[in-house]
Amino acid sequence: MAGVIARRARRQRAFRWAVLVVLGVFFALPMAAMVEFSTRTPGTWSLLANWSRLDETYPALAEGIVASLEQAALTALLMLVLLVPTAIWVRLRLPRIRRLVEFLCLLPLTIPAIVLVVGLAPVYAWVNYLVGGSALTLVFAYTILVLPYAYRAIDAGLSAIDVTTLAEAARGLGAGWLTVMWRVVLPNIRSAVLSAAFLTVALVLGEFTVASLLHRTNLQVAIEFLGKSSATVSVAVSLTALLLAFVLLLLLSLAGSSRRAKK
Amino acid sequence: MSSGARLRGAASLLGTVPFFAYVTIFLIIPTLVVAIGAFTGDGGHGFTLDNLGALGDAYILAAFGRSVVLSALSALFGAVLGGLLAYAVSTARPDGLLRRVVTALSGVLAQFGGVTLAFAFLATIGLSGFVTVWLQDHTGVNIFENGVWLFELPGLVLVYTYFQIPLMVIVFLPALDGLRPQWREATESLGGTTREYWTRVAGPLLAPAFLGSALLLFANAFSAYATAAALVSQGSPIIPLQIRGALTSEVVLGQANVGKAMALGMVVVVAIVMTLYSLLQKRTSKWLG
Repeated sequence: MAGVIARRARRQRAFRWAVLVVLGVFFALPMAAMVEFSTRTPGTWSLLANWSRLDETYPALAEGIVASLEQAALTALLMLVLLVPTAIWVRLRLPRIRRLVEFLCLLPLTIPAIVLVVGLAPVYAWVNYLVGGSALTLVFAYTILVLPYAYRAIDAGLSAIDVTTLAEAARGLGAGWLTVMWRVVLPNIRSAVLSAAFLTVALVLGEFTVASLLHRTNLQVAIEFLGKSSATVSVAVSLTALLLAFVLLLLLSLAGSSRRAKK
Repeated sequence: MSSGARLRGAASLLGTVPFFAYVTIFLIIPTLVVAIGAFTGDGGHGFTLDNLGALGDAYILAAFGRSVVLSALSALFGAVLGGLLAYAVSTARPDGLLRRVVTALSGVLAQFGGVTLAFAFLATIGLSGFVTVWLQDHTGVNIFENGVWLFELPGLVLVYTYFQIPLMVIVFLPALDGLRPQWREATESLGGTTREYWTRVAGPLLAPAFLGSALLLFANAFSAYATAAALVSQGSPIIPLQIRGALTSEVVLGQANVGKAMALGMVVVVAIVMTLYSLLQKRTSKWLG
């Protein structure tokens, strides 16, 4: 029996490494190719590191980068303001409509972004009319796009703690609802809020569909536009954006798994 | 219920007004615009089935067909290769470094799509890509001898597979973890071989999870737009790109609402697939939870 198990472990190890090597090459090759491609024209990377020169040479790209960073920050903010108090409030006071809120939050998963854009076009005609056509108005649509991911993160955080007892204890000591949310519940779901914000930033930095079809700029739109004239720079910027999103999401998932491991 | 309690209930509802107002404006109304627009005539009023009828046009049917083929093929490759990778990882130590790195990377790569992914593949197997040039210089093989397939369906399948495999790892790994070693031991003590274990015990147990994951991958590929948009600049081979055409060329009379009909068609397909997925998911959590 021991021989069988040892033989199976050996076979599994061989299989494991074969699969990992083959798929590893498949996944690493495009990354390596991006590095190679972006170093074909000397000076591409030093240009990227020099903001004022980049702004001068490729103003559209610089504009897109700034727009995306602003969109990411504002979307994270709006998402948190909208979702966190609602999620806490529904758990505490309105458990009956929790399913409805969950359904609405997860709905964007079944509505492809391209379909949402079709429906958003008339809504954005009003947005244009009321607040103008700035790239920052995309934040409204992005908050909807990130809703499922943010909701799941925050809901998981709330499920892990006993919200009702915490709130009742605080209320019993004379705290108002604002104090309960801000000083009692929020500190307890800090890591969930943080992961919702991280996911939001990563998704917004990679968003292309809505921005390009509503004729507003962001990083991805700028990269795509630039790709037509100077491929090297656009591949270099793609790689940078990608690495940034990688670092964000890797930090997130490694933090998540180490937290689970501790439990 | 006393009137005081009812009043308190109504007051609590007030706390959710911002959320519901926001979701109504930016999610419900757009959804209704698509659903109603698909049945509205060109002038903006009057019920009609013409837009849905236009879905029967040859070029739209062909685009739907190509979308389905693309989604099915990339889901198949993604499910098989991702399933193998997930199994390889599941045989490693559950708390080991390998597993943590692979799951973390999968989480990242499954989100990796759009313009950056298209450019990554252009840099790899584009006309002057790294691999294309290397193969041409060192082996004399021209991978585009029979036409530049990267910008057509085969290229899209390859590029989509890149984000489908990691997604498969994420959704299929929990099911593999549900397989208990005792089941294998029980099979062996009853005289079963490895082959019998896989075809008669593990296979049937994993089948709903595998099928469900493949459906999720299908929906994922079916709704994807950005990658294809960045890769394909000529023609509109698949439905999301047809919708782009209908959106950007609203000067063509009567196209706007056909776009909404196509959008509605996409939602219907995704909704059906996702419903099947959640049914299979229930079965999975019953058997392997």
